[in-house]
Amino acid sequence: MKIFNILLIAPFVGLLWVPFYNHQTPMLLGFPFFYWYQFAWVPVTSVLIWLAWKKGAQS
Amino acid sequence: MNGIPAADTLALVVFILFFGVTIIAGSTVSHWKKWFSGGKKSSPSTPVEGHGGHGTEEWGLGGRQFGVWVTWFLVGGDFYTAYTVIAVPALVYAVGAYGFFALPYTIIVYPFIFVVMPKLWKIAHDGGHATAADMIRARFGSRALELAVAFSGLIAVMPYIALQLIGIRTVVQALGFSGEIPLIIAFVSLAAYTWMGGLHAPALTAFIKDIMIYIAVIAAVTLIPIKLGGYGHMFDVMNNVVAMPDADHVMKAGQLMPYATLALSSALAAFLYPHTLTGILAAKSADTVKQNAVYLPIYTIVLGLIALLGMMAHVAGIDTTVSSMVVPYLFLKLFPDWFAGFAFAAIAVGALVPAAVMAIGAANLLTNNILPKRYAGVTTSRIAALGVKLGALLCVLFLNAKFAIDLQLLGGVIILQTFPALIFGLTKFRFSSTGMLTGWIVGTVVGLGICWADGLKPVHTLAIGGWSELVSTGLIALVVNIIVTGVVSMIVPQRNLAVASR
Repeated sequence: MKIFNILLIAPFVGLLWVPFYNHQTPMLLGFPFFYWYQFAWVPVTSVLIWLAWKKGAQS
Repeated sequence: MNGIPAADTLALVVFILFFGVTIIAGSTVSHWKKWFSGGKKSSPSTPVEGHGGHGTEEWGLGGRQFGVWVTWFLVGGDFYTAYTVIAVPALVYAVGAYGFFALPYTIIVYPFIFVVMPKLWKIAHDGGHATAADMIRARFGSRALELAVAFSGLIAVMPYIALQLIGIRTVVQALGFSGEIPLIIAFVSLAAYTWMGGLHAPALTAFIKDIMIYIAVIAAVTLIPIKLGGYGHMFDVMNNVVAMPDADHVMKAGQLMPYATLALSSALAAFLYPHTLTGILAAKSADTVKQNAVYLPIYTIVLGLIALLGMMAHVAGIDTTVSSMVVPYLFLKLFPDWFAGFAFAAIAVGALVPAAVMAIGAANLLTNNILPKRYAGVTTSRIAALGVKLGALLCVLFLNAKFAIDLQLLGGVIILQTFPALIFGLTKFRFSSTGMLTGWIVGTVVGLGICWADGLKPVHTLAIGGWSELVSTGLIALVVNIIVTGVVSMIVPQRNLAVASR
């Protein structure tokens, strides 16, 4: 099933909706939200693609 | 010369050592490849035979046998270039948070790769295609559309190679040289490296480049904050350089739309370039490509850290109007000279690897799609790659660096117009070659026209009714292109598709 490919839309929504993360707070380790939020999408995207790859291959 | 440091001989010696070893390793790759791969090559299932499985396929696509690791280094390697290391921090140095749009761009590109590129790989493998234009000729049987896509790729990649040569020149300048001799040396080494090794040269030296860049970047992003008072302090200093709009927001309201549209258009353009496609098509299997989409985002972390160097430069008190010198100055100021020399070598090697892949991708377009068939062969490919690099060298020598950056912007607009032909061919929608060709012509003319009228800016003010925002020019042209493609396809539908829909 290609249903897991729907997961892959998430990074587009999360990153192209800029007003959501155009903020200073909450800070994390001295990083304003704007920066750490975008960095956080890197591992999240990896995991989503991995899920789509594994699950897509199984079924 | 306030706050601008200079290099000494030790930096130069370390630079020459690392740069030289990589060039020699890459140029002579055919001699040591045998021991490196052990007995693996002799396995009977070697895929080098098959569709035109002679020298050209070996030189231009590495025999389509690169596994997950080599593909990771190759695709990541020509995606994150020396120019990235120089230009992204330079942009952040100048404009702050706005310059970070490269971060979302290099994240959203991977879902796109995961879905689209394995399909392209399959079509290319089954049909023995080496370029995007090959695939389009096979599917739509249109020589005109093939030429449109081939010329778009060739024109778009030329200034990109020029920027790599500028990347090498930047670090050589930071080492204290001036004039054009260092650039000529850089060019000759690039030429030798590509001529001898073909795609095997960048594939097998890409890992040297990455390890060197990782060492330089990791050292910078851990040691510099310790020396300069932490990341929190860094952001505070940056806020004094580029003032925030208010207490809570990071970017001004008017920057949000260009941030998002530039990220999106860059992501769409990224994998239309001939060199990135070359990296993908050289993979061993479609699954290798999919698996790579899982691991490639690691490069984005590095890119984000590199971008932070632009802010660190302000904390370190580097004050220059030549923003492309920001990273070299930062290394010279905060690290011992030998390490600065090493970091500069990393940047120079980081230019060499992608420039070689770009020249090969462009050469594949020239020999497969533009020149008549009787000229096919490795020697022609080599000469074509050399010609492309000479063109890039002329760009650097006779145009100023500012103009090369503008050309690269135009290249992005041009390459985006091949999106419908390459990607819509994979979908079930029946667009016709006449429609795509018309869309390509209108999109290219509109895109270049807007760039011309705006004085070469990457964004254009779009006003509809009371709504007015800055939107990426390439994206505007692409939307026009898609609309025209759709409308013309309805009027003139495609007869007898050459390849069944997949």
